[in-house]
Amino acid sequence: MTLTADDVKKIAHLARLGINQQNIASYTKDLSGMLQLMTQMSETNTDGVLPMAHPMDQTQRLRADEVTENNNRNNFQAIAPQIEDGLYLVPKVIE
Amino acid sequence: MHTKSIKELAEGLRSGEFSSVELTQSFLTRIKQHQSLNCFISVTEDLALHAAKQADGRIAKGDTSLLTGIPIAQKDIFCTQGVKTTCGSKMLDNFVAPYNATVVEKLNAAGAVMLGKLNMDEFAMGSSNETSYYGAVRNPWQTDSVPGGSSGGSAAAVAARLAVCATGTDTGGSIRQPAAHCGITGLKPTYGRVSRYGMIAYASSLDQGGPMARSAADCAVLLQTMAGFDGKDSTSVDLPVPDYQAGLNANLNGLKIGLPKEFFGDGLNSNVAAVIELAIKEYQKLGATVKEVSMPNLKLAIPAYYVIAPAECSANLSRFDGVRFGYRCANPQDLTDLYTRSRGEGFGKEVKRRILMGTYALSAGYYDAYYIKAQKIRRLISEDFKKSLADVDVIMGPVTPSTAFGIGEKIGNPIEMYLSDIYTIAINLAGLPAMSIPAGFAEGKPVGLQVIGNYFAEDKLLNIAHQYQQATDWHQQIPKGFE
Repeated sequence: MTLTADDVKKIAHLARLGINQQNIASYTKDLSGMLQLMTQMSETNTDGVLPMAHPMDQTQRLRADEVTENNNRNNFQAIAPQIEDGLYLVPKVIE
Repeated sequence: MHTKSIKELAEGLRSGEFSSVELTQSFLTRIKQHQSLNCFISVTEDLALHAAKQADGRIAKGDTSLLTGIPIAQKDIFCTQGVKTTCGSKMLDNFVAPYNATVVEKLNAAGAVMLGKLNMDEFAMGSSNETSYYGAVRNPWQTDSVPGGSSGGSAAAVAARLAVCATGTDTGGSIRQPAAHCGITGLKPTYGRVSRYGMIAYASSLDQGGPMARSAADCAVLLQTMAGFDGKDSTSVDLPVPDYQAGLNANLNGLKIGLPKEFFGDGLNSNVAAVIELAIKEYQKLGATVKEVSMPNLKLAIPAYYVIAPAECSANLSRFDGVRFGYRCANPQDLTDLYTRSRGEGFGKEVKRRILMGTYALSAGYYDAYYIKAQKIRRLISEDFKKSLADVDVIMGPVTPSTAFGIGEKIGNPIEMYLSDIYTIAINLAGLPAMSIPAGFAEGKPVGLQVIGNYFAEDKLLNIAHQYQQATDWHQQIPKGFE
């Protein structure tokens, strides 16, 4: 399976990932190469095999619904690019 | 002082032969002398000297922890409160972590002295340390060669004696491969053995932190402190941590070693193969027996990994959006522009490649063909290991198909770079523990022997490595210029 430059642009958009116009050709080539590698998988019969999402086949551990952490907002916002009155600032979304 | 083991240093600190401040100072001097290796992203000199002073106080009061006052270094993937934590990326070049990773917390509490933060491939994605925003690390054995990756800074620093030991993380071989290339000892524990809390995530079902040191005995000391259940990590396993020191000296009489024929086939450099065969003969002398085993699905490990790891990476790295922390682009036009440009400018090429691959594999219409298929293959690989380990105690083979390659040699060909991880990746898919042990040299560069054990058999792996290191001195070799 090979991808086209348009495919790569579409995937980059889905990932909200800016890529330079001049690099699109090399990403197209690299991703197509990776997909080529993956064709080996389709040659193997996996009918009836249970997908393995996690090495321990664990179930998610639960805990009591109790407050265990202190409010660290100031601490966490100290490293934010832009804040005001305890809020994160982004460009205006709704005019 | 820089050639002593943790145990010898702990004795020296207690007999008054030297203080932790003196020891720390000597390592800081070595780090400055060997800056050209580019092992460190940050050297935390003031913090280190402060911690060393406190350690000296603790020792004077009778503290018995082996790590108290010992200078170590942290891979820059572990969050360190108040200290820049970059993960080797421009995205986090301005990120001062607001909390400590559990591993950091535990090592600090044990009295270890952190010298600084170690260079690594960007977000741990790479096998050569060349994808770091902070530049490539040089291999002390041959400075125009890569140290391996992603824990390349950790391996090179320990090999060059710039730190007594270091932390690393391993998602597809990132502890074992650089350990092999730099001639040090590295252990990737069972998935869930060491807390992932505060360890910046790449592929959450594969990532695991572990010790990197010169010897198995030093790794045992480090793992003793790093391992254990952590309520802050939802996949941490709640099992008691054995005494890793206690088991080191058990003899290896009757040990059953499995040799997968797939680890010794085409693609393995013949000089590396010769070193591995000699190492296995040494084990036979120590009382072990060998048996051929088979891993029929091994060749599928690379394609399955390069679906699963990028898929998890694309989800994990979606948090870097220029809003809450990390890099933000200048003058965003709108919200989409803020996301797209912050990510586009903040991530390097290899990270982008994997985000794109993962996004594609998870997108509508391709999810079953790639992601689910890869998870089924993962099960087959895991079953192969289960079958083999029912018959033998451990599996042995090479860590890498060749010795360390040249800086710049493979970076232009990502697929070729991926294929060099053939012997390490399957272990992460299965979640098993495995070690890399220095076993000799080929073409003047170190070769690592890989030992793979059953789930939570870290004690056995350390014992097996330690016994080999009692009979050989490969782990004590020092690269020229770093004596």
